[in-house]
Amino acid sequence: MFGKLSWAAVPLDQPIPLIAGAVVLVAILAVVVWVIVAGHLPYLWREWITSVDHKRIGVMYVLLASVMLLRGFSDAIMMRAQQAVAFHSQGFLPPEHYNQIFSAHGTIMIFFVAMPFVIGLMNLVVPLQLGVRDVAFPTLNSVGFWLTATGALLVNVSLVVGEFARTGWLPYPPLSELTYSPGVGVDYYLWSLEISGVGTLVAGINLVTTVLKIRTKGMSYLRMPMFCWTTLASNLLIIAAFPILTATLAMLILDRYLGFHFFTNEAGGNVMMFMNLIWAWGHPEVYILILPAFGIFSEVVSTFSGKPLFGYRSMVLATMAICIISFMVWLHHFFTMGAGPNVNAIFGIASMIIAVPTGVKIYNWLFTMYGGRIRFTTPMMWSIGFMVTFIIGGLTGVLVAVPPADFLLHNSLFLVAHFHNVIIGGVLFGAFAGYTYWFPKAFGFRLHEGLGKAAFWCWLIGFYVAFMPLYAAGFLGMTRRMQHYDVPEWRPWLIVAGVGAVIITIGIIFQVAQLVISIRDREKLRDLTGDPWDGRSLEWATASPPPVFNFAVLPNITGEDAYWAMKAKAKARGQAEPKEPDYEPIELPRNSPTGFVCAFFATVMGFALIWHIWWMVIAGFIGAFATFVAFAWRDHDEYEIPADEVARIDRINLAERRNLVTAAGSV
Amino acid sequence: MTTVTLTHGGERDHPGFEAAEHEGPAPKRIVTAYGFWIFLLSDMVMFSCFFATFAVLSKQTAGGPSGAELFDLKDVAVETVCLLLSSFTCGMASIAADVRNRFWFQIAMAVTCLLGLAFLFIEVREFASLVAHDAGPTRSAFLSAFFTLVGCHGLHVSAGILWLLTMMAQVVAKGFRADIQRRIVCFALFWHALDIIWVAVFSVVYLLGSAA
Amino acid sequence: MNILDPQGPIAAAEKTILIDSIGIMLAIVLPTIVAIFAFAYWFRQSNTRAQYLPNWEYSGRIELVVWSIPTLTIILLGGVAWIGAHQLDPARPVEGTGSPIRIQVVSLDWKWLFIYPDQHIATVNTLTVPVGAPLRLELTSASVMNAFFVPQLGSLIYTMNGMVTHLELRADNEGTLQGLSGHFSGDGFPDMLFDVNVVSALSFPDWVASTARGANQVLNAESYQKLAQQSVPKDKMTFRLDDSRLFDAIATQKLPPGPGPQLTDNLAKPESGTANVR
Repeated sequence: MFGKLSWAAVPLDQPIPLIAGAVVLVAILAVVVWVIVAGHLPYLWREWITSVDHKRIGVMYVLLASVMLLRGFSDAIMMRAQQAVAFHSQGFLPPEHYNQIFSAHGTIMIFFVAMPFVIGLMNLVVPLQLGVRDVAFPTLNSVGFWLTATGALLVNVSLVVGEFARTGWLPYPPLSELTYSPGVGVDYYLWSLEISGVGTLVAGINLVTTVLKIRTKGMSYLRMPMFCWTTLASNLLIIAAFPILTATLAMLILDRYLGFHFFTNEAGGNVMMFMNLIWAWGHPEVYILILPAFGIFSEVVSTFSGKPLFGYRSMVLATMAICIISFMVWLHHFFTMGAGPNVNAIFGIASMIIAVPTGVKIYNWLFTMYGGRIRFTTPMMWSIGFMVTFIIGGLTGVLVAVPPADFLLHNSLFLVAHFHNVIIGGVLFGAFAGYTYWFPKAFGFRLHEGLGKAAFWCWLIGFYVAFMPLYAAGFLGMTRRMQHYDVPEWRPWLIVAGVGAVIITIGIIFQVAQLVISIRDREKLRDLTGDPWDGRSLEWATASPPPVFNFAVLPNITGEDAYWAMKAKAKARGQAEPKEPDYEPIELPRNSPTGFVCAFFATVMGFALIWHIWWMVIAGFIGAFATFVAFAWRDHDEYEIPADEVARIDRINLAERRNLVTAAGSV
Repeated sequence: MTTVTLTHGGERDHPGFEAAEHEGPAPKRIVTAYGFWIFLLSDMVMFSCFFATFAVLSKQTAGGPSGAELFDLKDVAVETVCLLLSSFTCGMASIAADVRNRFWFQIAMAVTCLLGLAFLFIEVREFASLVAHDAGPTRSAFLSAFFTLVGCHGLHVSAGILWLLTMMAQVVAKGFRADIQRRIVCFALFWHALDIIWVAVFSVVYLLGSAA
Repeated sequence: MNILDPQGPIAAAEKTILIDSIGIMLAIVLPTIVAIFAFAYWFRQSNTRAQYLPNWEYSGRIELVVWSIPTLTIILLGGVAWIGAHQLDPARPVEGTGSPIRIQVVSLDWKWLFIYPDQHIATVNTLTVPVGAPLRLELTSASVMNAFFVPQLGSLIYTMNGMVTHLELRADNEGTLQGLSGHFSGDGFPDMLFDVNVVSALSFPDWVASTARGANQVLNAESYQKLAQQSVPKDKMTFRLDDSRLFDAIATQKLPPGPGPQLTDNLAKPESGTANVR
């Protein structure tokens, strides 16, 4: 009846996961009960859960990422603590736990923190920057989000029911095959990622179509803000790379569930094929993450330097070059497989070539600052912190792209330090910069600056204290994923790294405090103009938070930095808008529970597949299909906002904006 | 650094690229079809993974039967004819939808459906006979790759038939509304794409496989 | 295990390339970092002496320079990578004194088996080699992937079931080095350590003879399959090699891959756990 599932799946005898799971469960229940008792449920359902508004979906993506960041970070703390104490001893985590923790940490941080964070920011901002009312496929957008949330949910269920994979964040066979990993851990991994992978693909299709087909009048490709370009590049990579992940994991699923022989030791299976396939997805994946961050830094550096981005066309060229070359370098993840000198050298050099456009970007940001009037706001601090940190990460990255150097550093803590150097220093700093930069756009009030800067300094210092020692430990020959060790030279470095993790913890506490205090003091931090930073692109041309239709009248633009040009024009004229525009009624897509209901059935199906509960799989499938048909049967999928209402909302914003003209004039 | 030049004012323009002024958001019909094309591209990427895998594993028979011993090209030829014909009838359904002729639309879709089912029937029979002759997917890596590649295409055809039936029902219930028309366009794209993939399967798996 | 303190020519050459590459990159990275701080500081809003160029966004000369700097660096480094990848290819024969020592390495769950086919002995978790002689390693895995790594000798290399990878090393100083697995392979992974005893060319034959004499176990297909069970051995075993083609039998899968964990009735967590293998 319940497949492999029994009470033995709940770790009643293991205090750490049990307590962690119980805490999470109690927290979730408390929130749910509070929502219901306080009567917020109808509001949440109407305004958020069923929303197809790209801004709301973007916010929910970022919220998911933030919550999962806390989960992924608690794994990190446990790992650092374990390695700090597990010298000549087993530490406090036995291998079967420790191995789950580093696997979950990597999986969560990449798939459920970095991905949703950047996708959320793209969702929130890109349609606004393009000057349009919505994304190409609003309902699918909601489906994509909720499927990502399903994946995250399943990973967290594994904490309490059963176990998670113990094979690392990429489950290399044959270790991940049924023979060597007979438990459900790998199955949790596989189904979470298959389901959330579909969600990511949907998001990618949606954003590519949006950027290519839905831009306001006059917004030709070479007038798009840099963030739109990097969004395009990143989502093109999603479309080309995520199907590879889906196919590869599907093959592993077939091996594990139906006894196929893709990657098994027996019957002609080939493990090297798995490594090639997974990295053919995996290397583009890192650029899927970093490119949007590059876009964010471009916006932030240009805004707070009060200057247009230096070398815009170079930046576009560099972005697209990275997009293409990222597909030609995957083999550098396994130089040590013995592929032969020519193959290794060619892939090594191809990997280095990516450093050229990346280097160009750094220089272009540098020259964007040149001749600027730099305001050191929190987003700008993250950006400068990024530039310095990322160069170091780039250096170590090019170093491991030199095959002979990689022969010494492969799979060592040096490598661990390198990819944290680029992912924390690049992706995460970018996400935090974007979060602080666009928060006032999403909610109409700024985040507390002092606490934001405190968080920045803790993260920056914490990062260096935590990861520079790992570079050193890598030079001392320490390989990654060691649950315990007996080498005395490693220990001091690991203890220092643990201290770094504590400093980062303080940074996270500051971030939580920043959010709480900013919400409390929101009236003091309120921004009525819609343009708190003296911005340059179109997202600042509308109110904060933007009305559901974004723009009362679609802007008609004539150059880059469209909103800056509008402000310059208004300043020259001495008044905001010469006359009120002609308002027309606006059609918008209706809210839809399709995404939520689909994800519900996907969760049921995923859970049933993990535990081999076949009747439940069938039920889940029928439910999901029925949801789609029901959605397809709707007669009215749009509603209209009358012209009067559009005018009323827009007039409020215009009045505020008249005051702004003076502000713009002062710059 | 002193030689840098100042460019002109706040509105920056790159002449030459703006010759055709961008007209604003594309109409929904275009957007939907465009998005669906992109989805099809991603689907092709997935298939290319299975093709690549098949190419790598095609000699890994682990002492079991090889393609030359297993494939019956006559059956495959019938399958191919069914699918190619169904693409033609699917095209007829698109034309009927364009001229809003419900009768011929339903007839053409029904024929498409029957041809698709015939294709699936032959494929399932082939799979069943392979399994019965101890040449199932668990026999060798080659057969795993074969069943996965061909089976994945078969699953796509099955999903296509579910979609096809839904579209027939929708046209009965709702007529040729704009959103239904858009879905018909997408369905037709999907069905033709399956045809293209089948041509590749036919050539790479069956023709090359029985030649080897 | 310090890779900056190499004990053989491969590790030394790799270290040189590593240091040189860092040097080449630092030459442009350090000025860039300084420039970031300098620009950010000088062009701060409160600095009234700094020039404000609100519309400056293009300079062909600067663009040329910013594309050339990384390109030139990468051309230089690319040359290093190309030559290095060829000269330090793991399978490339190494010069040395005396005849090459053949060693066949099998990674098991979770220990290392070293077979000396010419000496007809085998050891577990301890590798003894003569100083200065070329070491000709053939590597395979009995079960999951692993990586053979002696940091001070250089060149980590994967071991995979059903395949043989090749590695050539040389140790230049007598003493004891540490080796370990460089690729996660399951619960016993951190215990996959081994000693590398580098002995003088004269005492190596003595060691072979005493090992052959002292070994009370015989390594053949039968005892190998017992060894292939998941375990972390407490002491370093030695064997007399019964079947000199044993390695080929493992690498060609004539001997089946290691069995993986023992199963229990608990379907949720079917493994018996590492407690039992220690």
